[in-house]
Amino acid sequence: MDFATVIQILDSAVRLMTPLLLACLAGLYSERAGVFDIGLEGKMLMAAFTSASVAYATGNAWLGLLAGIGGAVAMAGLHGLASISFRGNQLISGVAINFLASGLTVLLGQKIFGLGGRTPSLSGAARFGEITLPFADTLRPVPVIGPIYAELISGHTILVYVAFAMVPLTWWVLYRTRFGLRLRAVGENPASVDTAGVSVTRLRYGAVMICGVLCGIAGAYLATGISAGFVKEMTAGRGFIALAALIFAKWRPWSALFATFLFGLMEAVANRFPNLDLGIITVPSMFMNALPYILTVIILAGFVGRAIPPRAGGEPYVKER
Amino acid sequence: MPAAGALHGAPAIELRGISKAFGPVQANKDIDLVVPRGTIHGIIGENGAGKSTLMSILYGFYRPDAGEILIGGKPIAIADSQAAIRAGIGMVFQHFKLVQNFTVLENVILGAEDGGLLRPSLSRARGALKRLASEYGLQVDPDALVEELSVGHQQRVEILKALYRQADILILDEPTGVLTPAEADHLFRILRGLRDEGKTIILITHKLREIMEITDNVSVMRRGEMVASVKTAETGPAQLAELMVGRKVLLRVEKPPARPGAPVLEVRGLRMVDADGVERLRGIDLEIRAGEILGIAGVAGNGQTQLLEVLGGFPEAGAKLQGEIRLNGKPLPLGGAGADGRARRQAGVGHVPEDRQAEGLIMDFTAWENVAFGYHHAPEFQNGMLMDNAAIRADAMGKIQHFDIRPPNPDLAARNFSGGNQQKIVVAREVERNPDLLLIGQPTRGVDIGAIEFIHKRIVALRDAGKAVLLVSVELDEIMALSDRIAVMFDGRIMGERLADEATTGDLGCLMAGVDPALTPPEAAIPPAAAPGTDAGGGAG
Repeated sequence: MDFATVIQILDSAVRLMTPLLLACLAGLYSERAGVFDIGLEGKMLMAAFTSASVAYATGNAWLGLLAGIGGAVAMAGLHGLASISFRGNQLISGVAINFLASGLTVLLGQKIFGLGGRTPSLSGAARFGEITLPFADTLRPVPVIGPIYAELISGHTILVYVAFAMVPLTWWVLYRTRFGLRLRAVGENPASVDTAGVSVTRLRYGAVMICGVLCGIAGAYLATGISAGFVKEMTAGRGFIALAALIFAKWRPWSALFATFLFGLMEAVANRFPNLDLGIITVPSMFMNALPYILTVIILAGFVGRAIPPRAGGEPYVKER
Repeated sequence: MPAAGALHGAPAIELRGISKAFGPVQANKDIDLVVPRGTIHGIIGENGAGKSTLMSILYGFYRPDAGEILIGGKPIAIADSQAAIRAGIGMVFQHFKLVQNFTVLENVILGAEDGGLLRPSLSRARGALKRLASEYGLQVDPDALVEELSVGHQQRVEILKALYRQADILILDEPTGVLTPAEADHLFRILRGLRDEGKTIILITHKLREIMEITDNVSVMRRGEMVASVKTAETGPAQLAELMVGRKVLLRVEKPPARPGAPVLEVRGLRMVDADGVERLRGIDLEIRAGEILGIAGVAGNGQTQLLEVLGGFPEAGAKLQGEIRLNGKPLPLGGAGADGRARRQAGVGHVPEDRQAEGLIMDFTAWENVAFGYHHAPEFQNGMLMDNAAIRADAMGKIQHFDIRPPNPDLAARNFSGGNQQKIVVAREVERNPDLLLIGQPTRGVDIGAIEFIHKRIVALRDAGKAVLLVSVELDEIMALSDRIAVMFDGRIMGERLADEATTGDLGCLMAGVDPALTPPEAAIPPAAAPGTDAGGGAG
């Protein structure tokens, strides 16, 4: 394997990890505030659909992004209503959102576009184009650094850079701001926040809404960045993989970057080498494609260290004396 | 400062005609209360007397149906906790409201941050804690994680939280329930220091000794009403107890001399290593005779729980056991099918576990079901393949009446009974079966005085019927009042044994601290007073 191939695989991994990273950080906000969210998948799917539809109708990817965020936030609001205001079961609400998104996107897609649930292909300004960073071409001939800068770092859509910028930003918000302190506290012991005179409900809604915004960006990236339009079930379990990455990362932002990179890398390798030849045996493509999902199962089964979730996670807060 | 502008000389808190009802239950009825500034004011009452409701109204958790609250002479409305904090009220709950994996500093500033960014708040809080520590003896490492602190230190964090918010009035709800005696002493020193600085303190408790020791004034609540407010110096425990329950109470348990018979329980060299490899029982030797109560005294966490569990047939999973247990001369198996709770009950061992809500009852099941648990295999409750529910109900009804369990409604879920009545359900179940040996752990924890007296009488009656009783309690008063013999456990061993008539608190206290006074010169036997910032007995858990 030569250097150029490595760069290509890494480049592909960066693209593929972006939606995972955004969804993972989305889940991080929600779960750190004590609201478990298995509806990341549904929110992303809904966002992918709304963003592709609006981008097609207006020919503007930015309006598509806005619509994607709107779609996901609407779903997040539903989850908040069920699990915060009405103190329902957060897992069931999440499952409901996944089913709702899965059905609604196909139904609306067929009704509006008549293409069997797909949206028409997007092109031009309806998609997020790749950005070439300054000096990318000038630096290209420089050995090692040149290709890394020009191929790996430069040449992604704006949403990829947004996703990576979200990692330090999330860390800073979580550990350096009042909002972050309260957010973490409400996920560990909401009574401590309540007796301090701060509203548990408002904090949790805030976290769930941020989760919606990030899922919206993730969905928009899938439909208008990495692909050119919405396809039925196009999230393909990425919401659940993001959830596994979140557990693997132990609900920490920088670890989330690493965890989602691992998943992105596996997907990139599977794409680059459909039949991986190891000399003695050839690993079939089905196995390579299944790798991220196998890793998910391994992580969720707890083989990778013990992950302690936020202590008040999954529990609706009921004020008591 | 919230106190600024307060009328000079006005009481810190004045309540006028506070009433609060939950549906048909009148939790507070026309309560008047005056707490002068710079005093420690005790509020005592049985469980369900309305103390917590009253304090929740003061802290903005509930709004009163009627009445007026005056802070520093000025009437105010306390709509929520934020308003209470602004009025200078701080609350230390019985169950701490701390974030376990936050540092002390983070817990202190939570909700009282200076701005959007944490750094300035943290450094201001660091300075404030240093000052408070030297002023009041409230030493806590500001960077320690709360989960790594002892319970006593966690409580200090709660007090610091209130002081950091400029609280002038501090309410403490049952603050010593979770503390070791040394920690409780330290807390009282802190509270006196706060009072001397002009803070007003309200102490809610059901321990008469604490009221006598630390308060300036005391108010007594009974069934939602304030029945008396007196100067502590002008009253005594007997009078307060009488006011609490509204009738004379025996603070000493009246019991005829014991007439011990043949040994019922013999324990030889009992060892237990738990799943983590920690040796919890390090060779216990015990003997209890028929017609005798053996009390096990000790600071919580010295192996008493494990001893009860092993004898009762449910040691924690993965525990390794060694030694010999004989009941009426016959060996009891330590493991296998013959060693579970059901087998022990069939062998004649009744068991009132230490934690009634976790082990003694199923909280969502009805009273009659709970009265049958553990004995539901009994032949008289069977109807062919099925359980004879009618027979179980009738049996339960009898026990409910016999034990005066209130309300006498067998269909009510266990969680709807008060703490005292829940405990009566468990004690009725075990005692009415007339076991040869009764294991009873913390029989009166969180139980009101009326029920305490009743349960104590039942334990003595069982003894007088020629049965053996093993009593484990962290309340030394209870051990001394009930037992015929007292064994003190320390670090998984029996430190010493005394006849109850000859035991003194000082002597037992030394044994509880792991010092055998018989082996030590008298002046060295008394452990030096714990220095501020250290907790005696903290390493025993």
